[in-house]
Amino acid sequence: MTWFPEAISLRSPRVIAVAIFLLGLALLPVVANALGEPFYITLAARILIFALAASGLNLVLGYGGLVSFGHALYIGLGAYVVGILSFHGVTSGWLHLAITVALCGLVAWITGLICLRTSGIAFIMITLAFAQMFYFLGVSLKQYGGDDGLQITSRSDFLPLSIQNNTGLYYLSLALLFIALYLSWRFVHARFGRVLRGAKSNARRMRVLGFPLLRYQVAAYAISGSICGVAGLLLANLTKFASPAYMFWTVSGDLIVMVMLGGIATVLGPLVGATVYVILETILAGYTQHWMLVLGPIIVLIALLAKRGLYGFFVR
Amino acid sequence: MTEAILRTHGLTKRFGGLVATDQLDFEVLRGEVHAVIGPNGAGKTTLLNQLVGELPSDTGEVEFDGRDITRLPSYRRALLGLSRSYQITSILPEFTALENVALAAQAHDGHSFGCWRPAILEERLTRPAREALKEVGLLPKEGTLAAQLAHGERRQLEIAMALVSQPKLLLLDEPMAGMGRGESESMVKLLGSLKGRYTMLLVEHDMDVVFALADRITVLVYGRPIASGSPETIRTSPDVKKAYLGDRYAAH
Amino acid sequence: MNWDLLLVQALNGLQYGVLLFLLAAGLTLVLGIMNFVNLAHASLYMLGAYFGAAVFAKTGSFVIAGAAAVLGTLAVGLIVERTTLFAFYARDHLDQVLATFGLILFFNELVRVIWGPQSVYMRAPEGFTGTVDLLGAVYPSYRFLVIVAGLVVALALYLLIHHTRVGMLIRAGASNARMVSVLGVNVRLLNTLLFGLGAALAGLAGLMAAPILAVQPGMGDNTLIVVLVVIVIGGIGSIRGAFFGALIVGVVDTVGRIYLPLALRQVAERTIADAAGPALASMLIFLFMAVVLAFRPQGLFPARR
Repeated sequence: MTWFPEAISLRSPRVIAVAIFLLGLALLPVVANALGEPFYITLAARILIFALAASGLNLVLGYGGLVSFGHALYIGLGAYVVGILSFHGVTSGWLHLAITVALCGLVAWITGLICLRTSGIAFIMITLAFAQMFYFLGVSLKQYGGDDGLQITSRSDFLPLSIQNNTGLYYLSLALLFIALYLSWRFVHARFGRVLRGAKSNARRMRVLGFPLLRYQVAAYAISGSICGVAGLLLANLTKFASPAYMFWTVSGDLIVMVMLGGIATVLGPLVGATVYVILETILAGYTQHWMLVLGPIIVLIALLAKRGLYGFFVR
Repeated sequence: MTEAILRTHGLTKRFGGLVATDQLDFEVLRGEVHAVIGPNGAGKTTLLNQLVGELPSDTGEVEFDGRDITRLPSYRRALLGLSRSYQITSILPEFTALENVALAAQAHDGHSFGCWRPAILEERLTRPAREALKEVGLLPKEGTLAAQLAHGERRQLEIAMALVSQPKLLLLDEPMAGMGRGESESMVKLLGSLKGRYTMLLVEHDMDVVFALADRITVLVYGRPIASGSPETIRTSPDVKKAYLGDRYAAH
Repeated sequence: MNWDLLLVQALNGLQYGVLLFLLAAGLTLVLGIMNFVNLAHASLYMLGAYFGAAVFAKTGSFVIAGAAAVLGTLAVGLIVERTTLFAFYARDHLDQVLATFGLILFFNELVRVIWGPQSVYMRAPEGFTGTVDLLGAVYPSYRFLVIVAGLVVALALYLLIHHTRVGMLIRAGASNARMVSVLGVNVRLLNTLLFGLGAALAGLAGLMAAPILAVQPGMGDNTLIVVLVVIVIGGIGSIRGAFFGALIVGVVDTVGRIYLPLALRQVAERTIADAAGPALASMLIFLFMAVVLAFRPQGLFPARR
């Protein structure tokens, strides 16, 4: 069996740069702890979590051409699975993970079926609407904190691993991200990925060739929802907090920015995009509390200029 | 008598006040090359769109290989053996020529939920894809991105994509459209080689090609057939001459 | 069943619907004809409210405030359109979504910088601070003014769209945008006109909403999403759809929020009803949208092709 779904030269500069970057991510906590700067572990964990969510979105947005403006919904769902289950005394991380994947997959499947009855502008608007609907649902769940959100007393229990300290959580996030990236890589080169990419390229032709596109797009939507849900699970563990704010539509917008910034339709683009975006946000917020005045126009510029994204540019 | 692989009964399509297809009764016999000609706006492409399922018909039925396919979506018709090429090239530009044709083969090779195995390694897809590319003369360019192919090569790719699934009926929408001299010759040779092996419904404006290849010709004007029969019949028909052909092709 | 309460809530729904219509009308045309996803419409609405409130506070005149809101928003809209948005007309929807998203973030922060993060309040204009007697119910006269004004604007729009040359071009554009340009119409001018009209309507909506809602950064965001629901239900590109969609959504949402929890209490146990009631009520219009989509994905009153 081939380990790499496409031919890559292990000596090419791109592969070496990527390897160094990934290695750096793996060693980050060690270095941060040694330097006595644990804050960087938290920051980097945030990056990994959003990279995971952006990767999920990339499957349908980047490769599938479906502009979903509502993927933050699944981050919120994942966070609430952890929050609500912990609230009721269920603390097994493995159970949290299983339920998150199943629930988010199911919700994404149903939402996908409804949203994919439309296309183009209507599709974007409807995904946005559904995400907002769940935001309101979260806000109205008074017994789980409502607008104020839900505190989580202790992190999920991933026996035999422990994520009670940030380093442990970081490595779990890193592992899940690597798994997701590898599986995405295989996915886009396999039959399923080809159909999705073909649908983005020329949906009409694909149908006439004999592909029932809807079932593939809905399935891909479900998978991407599950991935974002896992990101939400990790986020809730990182912050020990579940909040409707995680589902707010601006978070969906942030995810889209990350995917575009890094490079649509590249496996590593979302990771690059998330890294740059989160760091940018952090730096700007350090300068002024009105950092949105700067970030807003930057996003406009990204939309205007990011032809293939930072990593996408690197790849071609 | 050879039976019909395709039959339409009273097929109609209206766009507001315009009748594009008008109560059309039409059939294509197995093994034949049936050409549909007519002035621009006669409804030829509309007919193909209706047959393939891209355009829902207002009234009428379409029967294919003995089955009523009137209500079937496009993808089901394709899986039954109905294949089509487009007048305005419609391929997948971001994929290579080989990938385009392999994808066309993939549609007929069971489900596509495979998430693990790289599709390019699947011999069951690449072998028929290469054969189809060879047939149209595009094999040397298998690794070229479709976006980078010349116009004529893209038209060849269109045909390869339509062929790879061994269709029961091949619908060709103006395969000669926009071809230069050399490209035309290759295309005519290709179409000639397909004759007899595939049943074809050919929409064309190039009369040389039509009269060289067709077993039967139907002339469509304002969505209605004004004549249908062998090339000789069409040549000598005064209706056709008046409506469409002019003096050049009419027998004297 | 308290009929007075029901009537008041229905009127509130009508008032909300009328505001939604003002926003939906402009946006649906931009979506349908220019095929341009303009999320920044939310910002124009917000700016209309801020301009109106600020000028009213300074001058005490509702009319001057109204002019400021409409003209100010029109100006901002056209400036943004000519400097930024035009670059995205030919781009795909993803780029448009992203760019207008960036604009929303920018404007939300801008108003925070200029007017502060606290809500700004605006009084109802002189003469409309009291109530009117409607069919036995007592109803705030300002809200009634909003309903009347909104319906007047709707009528004016109807006359514009169906009885003027410009309106005919707009309708033609809504059914087949490319054909209009092929016919030699100055599409660029038409688009700018369309965009300006939408901006003015959004500004007007903002002004009218200001005495009723809290004027604060981000006030347009949630309203925008409801407007999108209206447009989807009504049909993209359709003014008629925007009108009926807006009224339906306005009434269903307002009345639903009050009566759904009450109705739920009749059929379910109190604690469940109290928990689920408000939740379901807030989801009501989205669920309604989902049902419409399931049966008529093109909307209830699609722009005729």
